[in-house]
Amino acid sequence: MDTNSAAALDRPSYLTDGYGWKSWLLTRDHKRIAILYLVSITFFFALGGIFAMLIRLELLTPEGDLVQASTYNKLFTMHGVIMVFLFLIPSIPATLGNFFVPLMIGAKDLAFPRINLLSWYIYILGGAFTLWALIHGGVDTGWTFYTPFSTTYSNTYVVSTALGVFILGFSSILTGLNFIVTIHRMRAPGMTWFRLPLFIWAHYATSLIMVLGTPVIAVTLLMVAVERVLHLGLFDPKLGGDPILFQHLFWFYSHPAVYIMVLPGMGVISELIAAFARKRIYGYRFVAFSSMAIAVLGFLVWGHHLFLTGQSVYAATIFSVISMLVAVPSAIKVFNWTATLYEGSISFQTPMLYALGFIGLFTIGGLTGVMLATLGLDLHVHDTYFIIAHFHYVMVGGTIMAYLGGLHYWWPKMTGKLYAGFASKLSALLVFVGFNLTFFPQFILGYLGMPRRYWTYAPEFQVWNVLSTAGASILGVGYLLPLCYLTWSLFKGKQADANPWGAKGLEWQTTSPPPTYNFDEPVVVTEPPYSYVAEQHVVGQQEVESA
Amino acid sequence: MSSFTLPFFPEEASSIAGEVDAMFAVWLAISLFFTALIAALILIFVVRYRRRADDEVGKSEHAGIWLEVTWSVIPLLIMLAMFAWGAKVFFVAHRAPADAVEYWAFGKQWMWKFQHPEGNREINHLHVPLGQAIKLSMTSEDVIHDFAVPAFRIKQDVNPGTYTFTWFRPTRIGTYHLFCDQYCGAEHSKMVGSVIVMDPRDYAAWLAGGAAAGQSPVAAGAQLFSSLACVTCHEMGPGRFARGPSLQGLFGRQVVLEGGRTVLADEAYIRESIVQPLAKIVKGWQPIMPTYQGQVSEEQLAQLIAFIKSLGNAPAMATGAEHPPGTLAPGDSGITGAASAPAPQK
Repeated sequence: MDTNSAAALDRPSYLTDGYGWKSWLLTRDHKRIAILYLVSITFFFALGGIFAMLIRLELLTPEGDLVQASTYNKLFTMHGVIMVFLFLIPSIPATLGNFFVPLMIGAKDLAFPRINLLSWYIYILGGAFTLWALIHGGVDTGWTFYTPFSTTYSNTYVVSTALGVFILGFSSILTGLNFIVTIHRMRAPGMTWFRLPLFIWAHYATSLIMVLGTPVIAVTLLMVAVERVLHLGLFDPKLGGDPILFQHLFWFYSHPAVYIMVLPGMGVISELIAAFARKRIYGYRFVAFSSMAIAVLGFLVWGHHLFLTGQSVYAATIFSVISMLVAVPSAIKVFNWTATLYEGSISFQTPMLYALGFIGLFTIGGLTGVMLATLGLDLHVHDTYFIIAHFHYVMVGGTIMAYLGGLHYWWPKMTGKLYAGFASKLSALLVFVGFNLTFFPQFILGYLGMPRRYWTYAPEFQVWNVLSTAGASILGVGYLLPLCYLTWSLFKGKQADANPWGAKGLEWQTTSPPPTYNFDEPVVVTEPPYSYVAEQHVVGQQEVESA
Repeated sequence: MSSFTLPFFPEEASSIAGEVDAMFAVWLAISLFFTALIAALILIFVVRYRRRADDEVGKSEHAGIWLEVTWSVIPLLIMLAMFAWGAKVFFVAHRAPADAVEYWAFGKQWMWKFQHPEGNREINHLHVPLGQAIKLSMTSEDVIHDFAVPAFRIKQDVNPGTYTFTWFRPTRIGTYHLFCDQYCGAEHSKMVGSVIVMDPRDYAAWLAGGAAAGQSPVAAGAQLFSSLACVTCHEMGPGRFARGPSLQGLFGRQVVLEGGRTVLADEAYIRESIVQPLAKIVKGWQPIMPTYQGQVSEEQLAQLIAFIKSLGNAPAMATGAEHPPGTLAPGDSGITGAASAPAPQK
């Protein structure tokens, strides 16, 4: 092993291309920027996770005994703001997307490397605003900033938090813009649209939403700040405004934002299933176009968040039926992934365990989403823990499972190191079990009628809350493990080959970690994606699972 | 105590609860079927097609178009059927039946105030008679709240500056949770109470008993109509001189505004005409009514509306007097004025 890693150290890579802090903070290399993002979002994920643990501890008993009511409200608000805007939205695109979009299309870098670095600085600035608000006392409006509570009644740091989110939006827009231009203009010769890996299709669809949707949330939050500071009547009826207008504007972005969070995850899952079944994704074009369909239809369903606001029943009817239509492309993906396993050559490496977990959890998240789109049922479960459970199944069971799966899949490529096989499989298992134990009881709580954002609750709800908190502690351990063994692998891990999984895709044809400009030789693409053929001897197969 | 029981379903205590639960049960069965199907297929495939040699690869096949169509169309048809059922229940939940009795609810940080048609008032608790359809007209004094009774399977946001409505017909005697379901600030989780469903005879006794009795909303509204000087301008009988349009038979009619637009005279319109009289001017009348914003509470507004609605049943006696008094001296208009009026008969 020692000779192996010594040899690898001599090999120039993007990691050996400069060592000082300047070589990182002023880098224009998309891979280094991806690492900067990785470190930043891990910090915010840990912070949001600590808030989640405090929420679960408070909810262990029906009484409000751990924190004050106002503190509790700040906890769930900061948990939501940090997890949505500082973790989930940038998670896969800004780290895995940043690293692998150029590699997977055979490009040297993104189209605008400087703008890419700028987007990270904007992200840090937005995060700093949010942290500033947090340190000075936090904010208690919920991550949804509903008016007129946020504009007139809350006494917390609404404006600085809203400005933080406003700033973060620009980071997102720039990343989306960069991806769109890169995918259009920088594909290697022979990399036609239908030779693109599905990860790229998913990022293309995501980028469209980022560019088209994010300006709306920026304007909306600016309007909140304007009403709060200048008392211009936009949302508060006492000033002549309309509080429901805010909800239309907010969800016009924030519902598509759900797809910003989950589409890249779907892209990752397509890569993982193909790699660990050694097979072309079944129905490649259907999976690719379903991403685009989700991106387009996702803009037409925001009204399902407003079913009970007094919105016209006819509008509600239309939003209900379109919300169900958007479930069809998601169902297509699930069925195609499952069909891909048929006659595959399936190995149970850690990334594949995460991918299989994703399919199960996302299926439950999707089906409960369609339940919520059913008007007569939403009447009962809207704004209860049923919603909380549903979107955590999609966001945590979906996006975070995919993110961790992708991170484990590409970690050898990103760092050149292999991690411990047993520990990583254990973490996948703990995350899956802990997640279900945390959030499944919340479906039952929701149907029983427990409202969301309650600091205290009726005693008959306690038993399910205790189970949920117990699950959260298992989930917490599941998330801590990768932090440990992945960090350990950086120092002690075995050196990774160029293609440790025997996978297809341009990113596996270059060295691990890749050189600064990704490929030593010009890339020419001559075959469709995932071209696993039986007679071909897979080279570079390596024993990955050794601790 | 209750920690040792595992509650799964809330009690069913309203006329729609059974159908909502039936819909949920069907969805649950569909979801279980698809989740089990996917899980079973995955398990079978990963075991049967597990990798046996390091250099083994899968057999790639081209997508069968009919397979793709099948697994797109079947979920779509199931969803459309469930959509139709859900929409039907939702419409029922939105349209109060003709025999519904109107109660009023006011949300404020952090309590619920209720007013019975008989005049009784309550805080955080609402007593209702079994079997009687109850229509709740609701508004908020500050932020958005949400009136939710899980046992009834109903829920409705309660917004400031306008009115929202819900209704229920209690089918079981008992005391049920009332929650605020829309986050409304520090004590959101304390904005809870109960709906107490009583036998009609017990309810009558409760009404007559010590409960905070008062004037009915209509009677209180009539008194306000005169004490706030509304009556000075909005004539109440035929032949009276008027600076504002008659309100007889106004509720539920289409009103023609300046500029030719028409608006339905509902609760929100009447409320707006009181607090922001200049927002919508009735065709043919002068914009001279002063605002009552800040001078009437939400409860008083509701009483005024209840009173004006009660005029709706009377025949529109004042139709003959709907000639716009264009000769009105502007000097008179400083103190009281006119705003809303019924439309001229179309």
